[in-house]
Amino acid sequence: MKYTSRPSLWRQVARKRELLYMFLPCLLIIFTFRYLPLGGLLIAFKDFRMELGILSSPWCGWDNFRALFGSEDFPRALRNTLVISFLRLGFGFCAPIILALLINEVRLRRYARFVQTSTYLPHFFSWVVLGGMFLMIFSQRGPMNQLLSLVGVGPVDFMTNDAWFITTLIATGIWQGVGYGAIIYLAALAGIDPTLYEAATVDGAGRWRQTLHITLPCLQPTIVVLLILALGRILNSGFDQIYNLYNPMVYDCSDILGTYVLRRLISMDFGLATAAGLFKSVVGLILVVAVNSFAKKVSDGEHGIW
Amino acid sequence: MKQTRGEKVFTLFNLLFLGVLSFVALYPFIYTLSLSLSTAAEAARDGFHLYPREVSVTAYRMILNNREILVGYGNTVLRTVVGTALTLIFTCLCAYPLSRKDMPLRRVFMLMIILTMLFDGGLIPNYLLRKNLGLLNNRLVYILPYILAAFNIIVVKNFFQQVPEALAEAARIDGAGEFRTLWQIYVPLSKPVLATVALWTAVMHWNMWFDAMVFVTDNNKQVMQTFLQRIVIDSSTEMAERGLINPDVTQFTPETVKAATIIVTILPMLALYPFVQRYFVKGIQLGGVKE
Repeated sequence: MKYTSRPSLWRQVARKRELLYMFLPCLLIIFTFRYLPLGGLLIAFKDFRMELGILSSPWCGWDNFRALFGSEDFPRALRNTLVISFLRLGFGFCAPIILALLINEVRLRRYARFVQTSTYLPHFFSWVVLGGMFLMIFSQRGPMNQLLSLVGVGPVDFMTNDAWFITTLIATGIWQGVGYGAIIYLAALAGIDPTLYEAATVDGAGRWRQTLHITLPCLQPTIVVLLILALGRILNSGFDQIYNLYNPMVYDCSDILGTYVLRRLISMDFGLATAAGLFKSVVGLILVVAVNSFAKKVSDGEHGIW
Repeated sequence: MKQTRGEKVFTLFNLLFLGVLSFVALYPFIYTLSLSLSTAAEAARDGFHLYPREVSVTAYRMILNNREILVGYGNTVLRTVVGTALTLIFTCLCAYPLSRKDMPLRRVFMLMIILTMLFDGGLIPNYLLRKNLGLLNNRLVYILPYILAAFNIIVVKNFFQQVPEALAEAARIDGAGEFRTLWQIYVPLSKPVLATVALWTAVMHWNMWFDAMVFVTDNNKQVMQTFLQRIVIDSSTEMAERGLINPDVTQFTPETVKAATIIVTILPMLALYPFVQRYFVKGIQLGGVKE
């Protein structure tokens, strides 16, 4: 018998039977709940009828997509999604960086931990809970309007006026996510070599110069990765939050892709809803890949998530 | 270290600003807690409600006598406990073979798992899958789809790979099979990462409402979050129908009942948060470890 450097696949399998016994149930679960639904995406190209099932329903080409973009509410949902996402990115992306930098400057360890713990807290609750709280706090006679009346403003219709509703969405979104985001940056900050700061101090650089010339450049890889991930989510503009805060008065500015798909499920327009979902996933994937390769190109392959 | 005057001023403002920020982060919780413990008259008063001036626990008494809320609470506890236990077991079973260099087709399986993070079938295909599997209106719909998550598998796999090979080798020489090696060597050494995964999963289950809203219509199988959604987000007439408020008894305002329901929903997490918070922080740092 000849020795080969690698035993044949079947010999390997026989020896590793026990490992495979462990793994197979897991594979089955992953396949069923993560890969099988992909077959359902065919519905996007079919004139789906429940009684015929996915495979037997007739094909209809790009009809569903044409109907989507020709309709009134899908383009509106797409526009709202993009507007809300870019506002979130513009106003919210820097917030965790700033918070992390400020916490990092605190020399009292206990105080820093208290700030970190309390700003992180809202991240742990669902938007059902947070939405319930904010509906009370931002109501006509709620504490927010009480506060504004102290400075002679208001009352403001936070929940029923389009512009105020979007403002409330962005603000409460930052409120919920800023602490969580800051912790990621704080972990990166903790990894910066302290001798860099010592050298800078010897050279006479103050804290502001140190932040500008040491801290921020060291954070850059983390910032790039989080920016790529955020751009990949640009078509997910916070379904949970919006669904739990909105009301018929503000549908015009807050009906997003997520709420559109849900409404189509309830009205049993499966073809349209699947096409909308597929559009969202594909654009999201393209965005991540495109932004990632762009980030790699401008940084000579240093940055990127893969 | 000597500070310049500008730096001292900055430090002072920084501490103040962060204090205000912490208060803003906590205020909604303080407000809701205070409201839930107020009498109706106190709750209707204008103001910031930092603490209840007239204390009353009637709102809580009403909630705890409501059958639907107890059912919802039971279902939430059930899905959290069972779902988390199964996630721990299967994540270990999945991560262990993948952590072994001699696992056949290891790279293919790993790629299969990583790919699941990049795409998702979307709502309709997922709905039809659950329908075809008979999971609509079935409590298993709360459990099965969440057993394995790519992120958990990768984090645990990376941790397993740091376990010294010699330990596993010694166990094997002593005649331990793979299951025993996993259970008696790897699992005990990986307690911190397993605790983190357990906490992530438990929080996810506790907060999940969308699947219950879309896939389950039977009221006996609803979770706490969906009842909360109906009570808090929907109008107060809903609450009258539910027997939560009796229009004849003016002692109660909807606000106190809403607030008390919110507090009851978040209480377990609020109570545990200070103790388990560090595991989450550790987990985020674990997640940063690249493969």
